[in-house]
Amino acid sequence: MGTQAKTEKIVHLKTMKFNINFFKYRFVAFLLSISLMGLSAFLFLTKNLNLGIDFKGGIMVEAKFSDPPNLAILRDKIDKLQIGNSEIQEFGDSNTILFRLEKIDDNNMTQDQIIQKLKNELDDDTDYRRVEFVGPKVGKELKSIAIKAVLFSLIAMFIYIWFRFSGWQFGLGALVALFHDVLSTMGFFSLTQIEFNLASIAAILTIAGYSINDTVVVFDRIRENLVKTDRALEELLNQSINQTLSRTLMTSITTLLALLALFIFGGEVVKGFVSAMMWGVLIGTYSSIFIASPLILFFGFKKVEEKS
Amino acid sequence: MLKINKWNVFFVLAVCVTAIYYIIPNIYGKSEVTALPKFLSQKQVNLGLDLQGGSHLLLEVDTKSVLKEKSEDLVDDIRKSLRKSKIKYSNLGSKITGAVVTITDPEKITTAKNSIKENIEKDILIEESKNKLNLFFSDQYIIDTRANTVEQSIEVVRKRVDESGTKEPSIQRQGEERIVVQLPGIKNPERVKALIGRTAKLNFHMLDPTTVELAEQRGKLPPGTFKALNSDPTAYEKQFVVKKRVLLTGERLKNAAATVDAQTGRYVVAFEFDKKGAKKFAKVTTENTYQRLAILLDNKVISAPQIREPITGGQGNISGNFSPETANDLAVLLRAGSLPAPIKVLEERTVGPSLGIDSIEAGKKALVIGFILVIVFMIIRYKAFGIVADFAIIFNIILLISMLSAIEATLTMPGIAGIVLTVGMAVDANVLVFERIKEEIRSGRSILNSIDLGYKFAIKTILDANFTTLIAALLLYNYGSGPIKGFAVTLSIGILTSMFTALILTKLIVTFWVLKLKPKRLYI
Repeated sequence: MGTQAKTEKIVHLKTMKFNINFFKYRFVAFLLSISLMGLSAFLFLTKNLNLGIDFKGGIMVEAKFSDPPNLAILRDKIDKLQIGNSEIQEFGDSNTILFRLEKIDDNNMTQDQIIQKLKNELDDDTDYRRVEFVGPKVGKELKSIAIKAVLFSLIAMFIYIWFRFSGWQFGLGALVALFHDVLSTMGFFSLTQIEFNLASIAAILTIAGYSINDTVVVFDRIRENLVKTDRALEELLNQSINQTLSRTLMTSITTLLALLALFIFGGEVVKGFVSAMMWGVLIGTYSSIFIASPLILFFGFKKVEEKS
Repeated sequence: MLKINKWNVFFVLAVCVTAIYYIIPNIYGKSEVTALPKFLSQKQVNLGLDLQGGSHLLLEVDTKSVLKEKSEDLVDDIRKSLRKSKIKYSNLGSKITGAVVTITDPEKITTAKNSIKENIEKDILIEESKNKLNLFFSDQYIIDTRANTVEQSIEVVRKRVDESGTKEPSIQRQGEERIVVQLPGIKNPERVKALIGRTAKLNFHMLDPTTVELAEQRGKLPPGTFKALNSDPTAYEKQFVVKKRVLLTGERLKNAAATVDAQTGRYVVAFEFDKKGAKKFAKVTTENTYQRLAILLDNKVISAPQIREPITGGQGNISGNFSPETANDLAVLLRAGSLPAPIKVLEERTVGPSLGIDSIEAGKKALVIGFILVIVFMIIRYKAFGIVADFAIIFNIILLISMLSAIEATLTMPGIAGIVLTVGMAVDANVLVFERIKEEIRSGRSILNSIDLGYKFAIKTILDANFTTLIAALLLYNYGSGPIKGFAVTLSIGILTSMFTALILTKLIVTFWVLKLKPKRLYI
């Protein structure tokens, strides 16, 4: 770049032509990402995830009242029932309450008895919108299934990229970026305490798919430029990221617009899923620009011509 | 060179026609669809339980209890066969799947083995060590027993659910010993669950004349009897002393129905034995006239009537403290037969009808608004090409829904989220192409050449990028359950349709436009 970079505009907003020296910022980005991952791991270990009944097991009841109930009175009523630990929260609007009840094995009550006891305490005209029960056995199974699904998808993507781009540096760069995205999304769940359930796993996998999609577009351009030009590798990577940047931003914007519509109008049930996805689109876009591509060089990828 | 490929035109038209063919039935209601002319498709997108309301139950059959029973039977069989061959033994007992016995005289161990083998039909393996015989069921026998138990349980559950009047239930086996029951649109899941979960083992015994109080005074029960609770805890007699011997079981029942007793005006369950059962019942009632019968359901006494006269017709009434519902439920249970093993509810997800309707409304609203936001943005950004891309989005949604109908997929709330997400992500393929065309124009190529190269270069990227997303979606489908599977399905199909619309459909439109109108400048 050198002197040329000074005379050339860095961003042409009108044509969306970019000439940003991403490479200069790679250590800033690495530092930022390492702190982000560290923070996520810290949050994950201290605050933990707000595990939903899918993984923890238990009972969940979503009830809509004709008038907004008083939460304190309601909590008092439920505590008196002695049906184990319970959580009560508003869900979407003040008329709708979400009850989460623990199902302990040793108190000799079936889930139906517990649910019946709860229902007896509430008004007769209450609309039970959702009643869910997950036994401890199924909860454990779902947990291991979720872990397997995330791990296998990471491995499958790593292998695919390794083969398609004939270089383990590409595969590993993408894998580290993916790990970065998954971990920081877990940190997001931990920080916001959004319920972590099966839909969250779907969000994580979709984020992984989205992020790798972005990464592949950049990698693909790098591969193409490798054949076409004999620029220094560093410059070549920078060029490739810049060339694909307007596409990367465009797709992120349209995806975010669709997600925004879902967030505002899609109802309470998908809200947690959608907010995680929004975070994931941002972090996935960031990681394919600042993490995946610079890492290729960091891992010592060399042009074939240079070797020979 | 850029030119209109006749085959592509033909392909696009064929896809259009197929899409319209499959999307038509979705305009109609479920009942109207069957009235459509035969040449039209009648396949619709199914609404998942989270959208139409209903219950999803995951049940587990406790097949271990059946094997335990079989092991106890085996012990009985061994005892009989050893006694028959007059072989002395000790320490006879059952194991989880089999039995052990010690033969007193080590020299007789082979005779004992042969005698057991001759007299026992069950598929067992015998292992001997010194004078001890170790008997266990073969793996095949265990597998078969478990499979049979689950199959029978599914049959019984199906009968009970059918009799409860649930519309379009789905009952399927999952894995080795689990059953998934789906009850769409159900209003009272508690009642159906109570019906499904009962073992409903009906046994006829004789009541012992000894009262519970008397037995307690003596400090022991008369030999060959046991204490049983009354199923109605509010009744005057809380417990009974029942003779152990089972005279008749529910298996011999031919029919059962809830009726009103003409004399008392109360609800009773009238039952009828089959031929063999009627004969036995006649014998029992003749031999025990004026004594009390004990009718036990799952080891609790539901009725203990006095036999006033011999009953030879094989018919009788159970008169407990029944309401119309409980009488009807018992009749359903007796007609459907008992479960071969206890069933446990592992997972339950019930969605009320109001949430389902709200979810559909919210999903529609999000789809329309997300769609408008994206198409407006695309026009602002890519002008005429934006309109082409918007056309592709519309076509994409139509194609997605028609494919979901063609495979009769189940649409769930996460599935709708997947469609909305597809709207945002589906433009990606078009964006890739357009950005590439722009780049080529900027580098000084002609319009035709730029478009040609734009598609040529972008196609490889699009395939690679989408394939990785597809990996995630397929794994999600493989490991996900219910609603999540619905999301994986719409996401995967959305990826495929977006590739079609971007690489074939919009290419055709753009080519046609450029070749016919020959624009001097491209506003992109």
